[in-house]
Amino acid sequence: MEDAKKIMHIVRKAPHGTIYAYEGLEMVLIMASYDQDISMAFIGDGIYNLVKDQDTTDIQIKGFMKTLGVLEDYDVEKLYVDAESMEERGIREGDFFVPVEVLTSTEIGKLMTEQDVIVPQ
Amino acid sequence: MKFGILLKEGPYNHQAADTAYLFAKAAIQRGHQVTSVFLYNDGVYNATKLMDPPQDDRHIANRWSELGGEGVAILACIAASKRRGITDEVLVENSEITGLGQLTDIAIDVDRLVTFGD
Repeated sequence: MEDAKKIMHIVRKAPHGTIYAYEGLEMVLIMASYDQDISMAFIGDGIYNLVKDQDTTDIQIKGFMKTLGVLEDYDVEKLYVDAESMEERGIREGDFFVPVEVLTSTEIGKLMTEQDVIVPQ
Repeated sequence: MKFGILLKEGPYNHQAADTAYLFAKAAIQRGHQVTSVFLYNDGVYNATKLMDPPQDDRHIANRWSELGGEGVAILACIAASKRRGITDEVLVENSEITGLGQLTDIAIDVDRLVTFGD
């Protein structure tokens, strides 16, 4: 995949409350089928997307946690989470339902500079 | 430089719709190329000809339509459009409904994909 572009999606919004995270995930899945070098960085409230045991029954919204759980099947394996955002929200790595790489803001910033495309979701 | 634009907010509701347009115009004026404007999330509402703002205000859909007439592809995402009732029947002239695969092609093709949104 020498010609593959490095495309990073920045998940910044909570999973519910707005549609940004959900439609963002739809975009990630399509782009993943184009054999590009896809990664996702979860920062701010975006990290709530990864928290396990979400139940959307009472807000009558179809949850998309299952889809997030199968990202690996789409070869989206680079999931980065901002440590500072976790700290601020009292979230620990054990609270996530998918394996992620926890990085400092500086490390995520460095990864961003290496991308060809950044899509804030 | 070759630019692509990703617009994620609806017209009038959010500054992003205006700034994206002004950015595109300014870039073209400076001699850059803007290949396409991809409308996503509520951004797809930018392309409905059903909007009818007060006459002394800017007409955002017509503005995109004019830009489309100058060769910039104005593209509304089909998945986002279906959710929001944007169909071929309500599309403003010089715009079209397309898929996220098209956005991927744009992202691969351009020098910079610039996102406007919240």
